[in-house]
Amino acid sequence: MTKKDVLVLKDLLGTNNQIAAEIRRELRARGILCVNLLSSPGSGKTTVLEALAGRLGGRHRMAVIEGDIETERDAERIRARGIPAWQITTGGACHLEAKMIGKVLADVPADIDFLFIENVGNLVCPAGYDLGESLRCVLLSSPEGDDKPKKYPRAFLTADVLLLTKSDLLPVLPFDPEKAAAEARTLNPRLKVFRVSALKGEGMDELAAYFSDALARERARRA
Amino acid sequence: MHELSLVAGLFDVLEEKAREQNAIRITSVKLRVGRLSGVVPELIESAFDSFKKGTLADGARLEIEVAPFDFRCRKCGGMAFDGEPAAACAACGSTDIELIGGMDLVIEKIEIEIPDP
Repeated sequence: MTKKDVLVLKDLLGTNNQIAAEIRRELRARGILCVNLLSSPGSGKTTVLEALAGRLGGRHRMAVIEGDIETERDAERIRARGIPAWQITTGGACHLEAKMIGKVLADVPADIDFLFIENVGNLVCPAGYDLGESLRCVLLSSPEGDDKPKKYPRAFLTADVLLLTKSDLLPVLPFDPEKAAAEARTLNPRLKVFRVSALKGEGMDELAAYFSDALARERARRA
Repeated sequence: MHELSLVAGLFDVLEEKAREQNAIRITSVKLRVGRLSGVVPELIESAFDSFKKGTLADGARLEIEVAPFDFRCRKCGGMAFDGEPAAACAACGSTDIELIGGMDLVIEKIEIEIPDP
């Protein structure tokens, strides 16, 4: 019997990353801008999507993939706005993986402009999984506290956009949006930050305009 | 929280490598886990211990190297820092820095036993 060292150098997330790269290629070819939304549960991901539906809906077509541990509730909320939505129930898994998106993708109409993926509510695990998105958007709501970016660095490090949500509650909470944004920017200087209230509408037109511009940029890159 | 599914993936790779190499046993496995990978070495260890039973890696030693996170400064090219996630390049103070390490989850190498020719 002989002992032998074998060099492996294989990424444990290699399979996920490979599927994500295929999804990204496919969506780019179709001219679809894909946005992955991640945050703790209850930060307002679904409410932001509902508010975007009204603002992007006129000029653009959007679709939504919802990830949750259980229930169709979020997909039903989105469908009630006339937006096609698919619910992935993970049955316990703490994040969405690229292969789950891949399975749904065949059903997603080819002529949409935006595909939003609402990840499972969790500020930790989803950050490690590329889903093939073009933009990653992290939400931090005012009730959660402005000290979260450094406590959960990966979500903020890998995001392109930070939404400080529930700005309508700022008058009654000790949350300092400047401090939250500054802390997140120390981790990731290229973060684009929006202060929004999906319920009252603050900042939502600006966010919708940003996504429209991002779609135009994405398509210009393709051309 | 998803260490179990990662370790399931690890065993897929181990099986494939063992078959490729005609191994009769896997005696050690070395992983590199970045500090920002989102996984906890202790949880990987427990998942590894339950998965390995009855496989070629039953009895294998798991070695985990925790990799620090590194930033590179886009302005001066300097390598900035490992410590608390921070803002600016230690050398020139620029905030135009990018994360270049610390997210890895890599199976580096394995030690196997093969039958004598």
